[in-house]
Parts: sequence; structure tokens; C-alpha cells
Amino acid sequence: MNAETVNTPKVIVRDLNFFYGNYRALKDINLDIAEKMVTAFIGPSGCGKSTLLRTFNRMYQLYPKQKATGQIMLDGSNVLDPKQDLNMLRAKVGMVFQKPTPFPMSIYDNIAFGVKLYENLSRNEMDERVEWALKKAALWGEVSDKLKQSGTSLSGGQQQRLCIARAIAVKPQVLLLDEPTSALDPISTAHIEKLIDELKKDFTIVIVTHNMQQAARISDFTAYMYLGDLIEFGDTSTVFTNPKRKETEDYITGRFG
Amino acid sequence: MLTLYTRRRIINVTGLVVSMLAMAFGLFWLCWILITLLSHGLSALTPAVFSQMTPPPGSTGGLLNAIAGTLMMSLLGTLIGTPIGILAGTYLAEFGQRGWLAPVTRFINDILLSAPSIVIGLFVYEVYVIRVGHFSGWAGALALAIIVIPIVIRTTENMLRLIPNTLREAASALGAPQWKIVSFVTLRAARAGIITGVMLAIARISGETAPLLFTALNNQFWSTDMNSPLANLPVVIFQFAMSPYEDWQHLAWAGALLITMSVLTLNILARILFRQSATTH
Repeated sequence: MNAETVNTPKVIVRDLNFFYGNYRALKDINLDIAEKMVTAFIGPSGCGKSTLLRTFNRMYQLYPKQKATGQIMLDGSNVLDPKQDLNMLRAKVGMVFQKPTPFPMSIYDNIAFGVKLYENLSRNEMDERVEWALKKAALWGEVSDKLKQSGTSLSGGQQQRLCIARAIAVKPQVLLLDEPTSALDPISTAHIEKLIDELKKDFTIVIVTHNMQQAARISDFTAYMYLGDLIEFGDTSTVFTNPKRKETEDYITGRFG
Repeated sequence: MLTLYTRRRIINVTGLVVSMLAMAFGLFWLCWILITLLSHGLSALTPAVFSQMTPPPGSTGGLLNAIAGTLMMSLLGTLIGTPIGILAGTYLAEFGQRGWLAPVTRFINDILLSAPSIVIGLFVYEVYVIRVGHFSGWAGALALAIIVIPIVIRTTENMLRLIPNTLREAASALGAPQWKIVSFVTLRAARAGIITGVMLAIARISGETAPLLFTALNNQFWSTDMNSPLANLPVVIFQFAMSPYEDWQHLAWAGALLITMSVLTLNILARILFRQSATTH
């Protein structure tokens, strides 16, 4: 079983290079992300996994000295094309960060904020959308009676699910998760892992994680990266049980990293 | 081993004692000032202070016109200075990453921040009072606004810089344009800090004397006409305290106490506000 044959790829990465100033942080990355599957990027700190993730929605563009070359094809158009409309790209590719980042507004407005950018919904439709997103993020039961409360008043795990709800409320096609559970306790982590499993019915999910067990538990495909190179990429059970490369084996068995 | 440990303890104790003494030294003068103010000011703080105008020498009166003038000019100075300060501070923190304009503006703002207030008074005198031909409340408010602007710019920029970049990234990842990120997310998150800065700026200008000497001057009578000379507490205090008349000196003490108390209140309010927002974040 491998990525290309099982599923139509949603994102196709070709000859991707990334630079922080003059430092080359990604080296000729080639990779296919399968549609409605979970793909995990693993590797030691500084290997470029977050950098790679942040090229998919061009998050790096906020910073003047960072640039990417090559191709990232999403639905037949190149994400890296300077003509690509950034805001439309980000409507299609949502992102959740390592630390929960609720906006300083009510729970309801946290979710409505993104939706309002693209859709003109009536009050009722917006209520429905907020409820839908919170239910998808498995948070509705905990917050349905306090939607007017500030998003920052929630616990860390709830905040992170709020951020996931906010990201999916826009109905993106791809969801990027940058170490979404590394700041959370085990119970919240379990919540979110279960959630990821649910979400992959509707979304293509790419997750960066430091936790190899997590990658093994939740992902369908795994990419192991080291020092800006993609060392090995394949379906998760193969990468973890029968890695082709020695480096991958050393890393996942804990002999290195 | 023991000697090293003993030495460290001695250094620690010495450092502690010296810094306590420094604190006591500073507090001593502050307390002395407050005690003097209270002992002279409290007895002079009669209802007449709030209901009568500044008197001619020898007769009784109050400070009503000066209080009103100070309130009007401080309010107007704040109203002019705050929006400019917040907008400029927002530019520096959120939009000025590229290019030379932001660093230059920041540098000039720092100079303005430490400019002696008498220079600002002279400046407004030169460009406004001389041109119009008379002292006025407008000129006073303008001078105060020029003092407010750099303070608000500095605090706004600092407060916005405290907002973690992850919040900007999160809003940006939803596809929000930058003006929306700034106005709905980062400015909102920094709101308490920015308001604190504005309150500290108000506290600063409510006691400024030098810029008003050259601009609003003084007015012995009740007036709310911003286009004519306007009474204000600092200049009244300056004038009355230097006079040989005892009634005037009492009123000066009362005025000084009023200003100090309102500045103290503003500072305490600003601290409470900032601390509350710090705990909710």
C-alpha cells in the first residue's frame, strides 16, 4: 500500500525548497498528501516539519526574510504562485497551532469571525454554523450555555478545541495541525486525537507531532524528516514496523533524537 | 566550601540592605511631600474651593474656574492626542516591519517623549499663539495634546508587541486581511494596556504647568471660551504660591492637593485595570 495508489492526492509537493534568509531549511521535498486521510510529519526539533506545514498555507509570508521555491499543487493550482490569492488559499487550508490561540472575544464570535470573512450568513444560519462547528469539535456540550463568554475563559484543552472549531467553521478542505496537543494534558490530548479521527471523514489532515506514539495512533501516512530532508514517507504501519531507511528506524526506536 | 557560602550570604544581605535603604530614601521624600500637601491642603480645601472663582488678593474665593479650565484642556488634549497616538503606535507595532519610516518615527517619538514640556509650550506659543495674537484654551489643549501623543504612541506600541505573534498567525491563517487582524484581534487583546497608557498620559498632563504658561495663560474669571485665556490649576498654583498673600497661598495648597489626588487616583485605577486584564489572559 502506498500513498499514490490508494487515494487521489489532495496536495502534491514537488521540488520544494525553503529559505530563512540564506539558510536552506527544506531541501527538494517531494510528497503527496492523500485526500481525507491523516498525514503526520515527524522528526527531531529543527528538522523542518513545521516549516513544511507552514508552506501549505503560506504562513511564512508574514515574515519578510522567508521564502519558498518549487511547487505545491492544491486542486491543480500552485499555492506558491505569487498570483495565488492568499486569503482564498487560507479559506481552503485551515490551521491550528501548538498553543491555543483564542481571540479576545466571545466563544460565539471566535467562530463567527472566520465565517464572516467569506460568507454573508443570516443570524439563524450563523447560529447553526457555530453550533455545527462546535459539535464537530466535540465542544458543544461543554459551552452551549455560555457562548457569550470570553474564549479566553476556557481551559487549555477547551481552547484548543475552540481553535479547531474555528478552523473548520470556514469549511476548509485541508486542515493543518502544528503540534496541536503538545501544550495539553493527556485527557485533552485523547479528546483531540479522537476528534482528528472523526474529522478525517470530511477533511484532509496534516499533522506535525513530536510524539511518535501519537503519529502511530492517528495517522494513515507518516513522513520522517531530518535536517530539512524528507528521509522516508509511506503508510504509517510500514514506516513504524518496517522502515526502509536506517535513520528512520533509529529515530522511531528511540536510539536517536 | 563554607567560606564561599558565607561570602554569598554576606553579599546577599548587603545587597538587600542597600536596596531597602534606597527604597526607604525614595519613599521618605514621597511621604514627606504627601504629608506636607495634606497638612497644608486639607485645611484649605473648603466647599468654596469648588464653588467660587479665583479671588483678587485680599478677598475670599475658590478655584472653580481653574478646575473647569484644567478639566476642559486636559479632556481636549486627550481627545486630540489619543487617536493620533493609538494610530501611530499601531502603525509602528503592526505595519512598520519593512522600510525606514517606522524606525525613524520611533526615534523621533523617543525624542519627543523626553522633550522638556517648556519647549513644547514655547513651540505652540510660536506657531499658534503669536499667529492668532492672543493666549487661548485651544493653544493650551494643543500643547497638552503634543505631550499626550508620544506617551500614547509608546505605550500602544509596547502593548501591541506584548501580544504573541501566534495570535496574529491564527487570525491570518483564517484568511483575515491585516486591517481586520489589527482592529478585531490584536488591538482588542491589547485594549487594557492601551487604556492604561492613556490614563497615565492624562495623569501626566493634568499637572503640567510650563506648556500652559505660554499658551492658556490664566484667567481670573469664569470662562469656558476655549478661544480666550483660560484658568487652570497648575498656573494658578504657580501664581498663587509665589504671591505674598496668605489667602492665595492657601488656595495654591488646595489646588496642589487636588491635582496630586487626581493623579494618584488615575495611577491607581490604571494599575488595577492593567492587573485585572493580566489575570484574565
